[in-house]
Amino acid sequence: MSTNSHNIAHHRDDFGSKMGMWLFLFTELILFGGLFIMYMVYRVEYSEQFHLAAKELNLALGTINTLILLTSSLTMVLSIVAIGRGSKKISIFYLISTILLALGFMVIKAFEWGAKFSHGLYPGGTELANLSNGEVIFFGMYFVMTGLHALHVLIGIVILSFMLVFLLRDKINKDNYIKLEAGGLYWHLVDLIWIYLFPLFYLLH
Amino acid sequence: MSNSISTSIKSFYEYEGKHRGILGWILSTDHKRIGLLYLWSMVGFFLVGVFLGFLMRLEMLSMGKTIMGPQTYNAIFTLHGIIMIFLFIVPGIPAAFGNFFLPIMIGAEDVQFPRLNLLSWWLYVTGGLFAIISLFLSGGPIDTGWTFYVPYSIRTTTQVILPLIAAFILGFSSILTGINFITTVHRMRAKGMTFFKLPLFVWALYATGWIQIIGTPVIGITILLVIIERVFSVGLFDPALGGDPILFQHLFWIYSHPAVYIMILPAMGVVSEIIPTFARKHIFGYKAIAFSSLAIAFIGTLVWGHHMFTSGMSDTARWVYSFLTYIVALPSAVKVFNWVATMYKGSIRMSAPFVFVMAFIVLFSIGGLTGLILGSVATNVHVHDTYFVVAHFHFVMFGGTGFIFFAALHYWFPKMFGKMYNEKIAMTAVGILTIGFLMLYFTMFILGYEGMPRRYYDYLPQFQFLHILATVGSWVLISGLLLMFGNLLYSLRKGASAKANPWNGMTLEWMTSSPPPFENFNYHPEIKFGPYEYEHYEEAVKDEYK
Amino acid sequence: MEEKPVHQEHKNSPGYGYNILIWLTLISLTCVSVAVAGLDLGAYILLTALVIATIKSTLVINIFMHIKFDDPIFKLFFSLIIFTLFVLFVLTAFDILYR
Ligand code: HEM
Repeated sequence: MSTNSHNIAHHRDDFGSKMGMWLFLFTELILFGGLFIMYMVYRVEYSEQFHLAAKELNLALGTINTLILLTSSLTMVLSIVAIGRGSKKISIFYLISTILLALGFMVIKAFEWGAKFSHGLYPGGTELANLSNGEVIFFGMYFVMTGLHALHVLIGIVILSFMLVFLLRDKINKDNYIKLEAGGLYWHLVDLIWIYLFPLFYLLH
Repeated sequence: MSNSISTSIKSFYEYEGKHRGILGWILSTDHKRIGLLYLWSMVGFFLVGVFLGFLMRLEMLSMGKTIMGPQTYNAIFTLHGIIMIFLFIVPGIPAAFGNFFLPIMIGAEDVQFPRLNLLSWWLYVTGGLFAIISLFLSGGPIDTGWTFYVPYSIRTTTQVILPLIAAFILGFSSILTGINFITTVHRMRAKGMTFFKLPLFVWALYATGWIQIIGTPVIGITILLVIIERVFSVGLFDPALGGDPILFQHLFWIYSHPAVYIMILPAMGVVSEIIPTFARKHIFGYKAIAFSSLAIAFIGTLVWGHHMFTSGMSDTARWVYSFLTYIVALPSAVKVFNWVATMYKGSIRMSAPFVFVMAFIVLFSIGGLTGLILGSVATNVHVHDTYFVVAHFHFVMFGGTGFIFFAALHYWFPKMFGKMYNEKIAMTAVGILTIGFLMLYFTMFILGYEGMPRRYYDYLPQFQFLHILATVGSWVLISGLLLMFGNLLYSLRKGASAKANPWNGMTLEWMTSSPPPFENFNYHPEIKFGPYEYEHYEEAVKDEYK
Repeated sequence: MEEKPVHQEHKNSPGYGYNILIWLTLISLTCVSVAVAGLDLGAYILLTALVIATIKSTLVINIFMHIKFDDPIFKLFFSLIIFTLFVLFVLTAFDILYR
């Protein structure tokens, strides 16, 4: 113990940081939990129309995106394993791969949404206005849930880019990589939510 | 270690950090300064809210239009609700007193994430500003009531979006405080401070932190969805597009009911501090009180449906929620019984904080017991949406949390500011407040029982007498508030200096100078006794703090 | 004495190979769920999809997010959150299913 009490406050506490991060992730889980509750309610109310509307979604693109996101989760973990073993270069490689995969996810997502829009399937769009209430709600939920998820992917990309800078500048290193771990936790959460979004929207035939 | 503590140590007011003057406050990461920032901003918003309440009561003085028309009245009760709920009572005790005292009470130098703490104050202020700015934007002041129910909140032409964004930001601020407190309690306790030696206020804040984390995101997403639906007309809640407005109510109350426990739990924590200190007795049933906080936090999360008995929910859901509602009464009652048992055979010292607590127990019990009437479906149907409800929630929120906010202000005033207030005036203020309170709100119970609906600017002739009584009550109440705040403000400048431990308390905040130094202690606190073991008082309290 | 600031890592956290194995499992599970969705399982479609998703998420949480190797308190916290979410679903269902 140091005799000067003023030092203690500035003592590093990785465990505490991780706990803070987890608590934050819980709030994210519950935020999406609210959306899933809505999904449940509307699916019970409009079960037929949900199946009908889901046919409009592109299963192939959805599956590819799932695989991309899972792979990015893997590269994220490997980046952390690498820095723990002191191999900075490998860690950087994996982190960059993660970011690239995330960008790939966003590009595909943009194509998907773009296709819906060009078919008039957007809020206020011509096609959507002709559909039944249940289908309108389905697309409402689809846009909101995947949209909010995409927003999280974007935030994830920003966070991971910061991590990359820290890594390059040795602010994240073998003896201190709690930041990278926290960034990783966030990234896995994004993956986790997609794991449920995928079957609930794309596998509804 | 020096013997004359207060002379040799600089208090946190005198400590010079990176910034000076006003910047030294609004950019400070010192939890004590942040706590005071919160305190001042909250008192400010509270007074605005009180003024709006005053205007509403003035309108109700006579039938028909007295000083405002229906649209203005709608806007004012909405604004009054938003300010009182989101800007005063929800952040209330945790953000002001929790920030200041939680680290001190567990023997820490600060919270776990000091910069996050400052951020949460900034978010709070931003949210408050947004709410105020929204009044002057296109459409005019929001008129949905603080509950923002759809479909009206999607249809009304008033400015809804900005107040919603404000509420979202305030929620975020509240979440950050919760995360900070939980981590701090887990990671920063001083040597010997086991979980069961934590002061009960800390336990209450801990439980509150969990509700903040679990509940707040739900209102966040709900608000976000209403904004999205309004801006992009996505089909989500609007019945015209197949949406389900009752679902909105579910999501809204999934947060907003636990939120009432965010309001009351910290207050109960304060009560559990004040009673043993002024009864000079070991608290009765420490563990029961600690665990009942957690129990309230958990069960309180499950009862939201009792706000929706008359909105068209299924019958099954109605009895389920009614049943669960009755269960929450148990842990709350555990607390009240324990407090009363603590006072039994204590050597009670009647001081202002203690008298506030006495008023609290009476008012809160009335509020709680009328809650049982609202909690059972059969009676709820009759008094739903009447002044009975208005009276009920003012009793629990104002008579409960509000009064304890004042009690805490008096209890910790010497510690926070290093000054003593005038005891006689404080006592008088409690008396006036209580009388005014009962005149104003007890009358509303009768009004509601007789069928006066809430949220109307006008009323039928048979309610005239009671409305006049209530309005006069509001004047009495407000004079009490002015007297109380005036007394404190005067003491701030002219009061006698306070000792380190004016109430002979045993928790850690009394074992440091008044006001405390930067980083709280000039020694390493080590905890040997529980927080209320007055039998060890002589041993536990160092000579200089006696 | 200040302790030397090294990363507070756990000795038993897995290396490259193990993580890749988990990833392979996740990929195969995804393929299975897509394949199964093609079959006509009637009322069980939702159930199978959710079961598979839950297995996947358990893997991600335990291995990728390290819950399995971390301090038990995180497990406790996490279960608390999941349980609360579960209860919120059930209580809302009391309204929806019986309306
Ligand atoms: C001197 C103090 C106060 C006065 C005179 C006052 C008066 C009123 C009045 C007249 C109403 C409207 C009743 C109606 O027409 O439906 C009201 C509503 C309300 N008050 Fe107060 N009040 C005061 C303090 C408080 C406090 C301290 C709180 C919270 C802690 C609070 C929270 C509310 C809420 C949430 C509403 C409901 C708004 C709505 O219907 O949307 N009030 N109050």
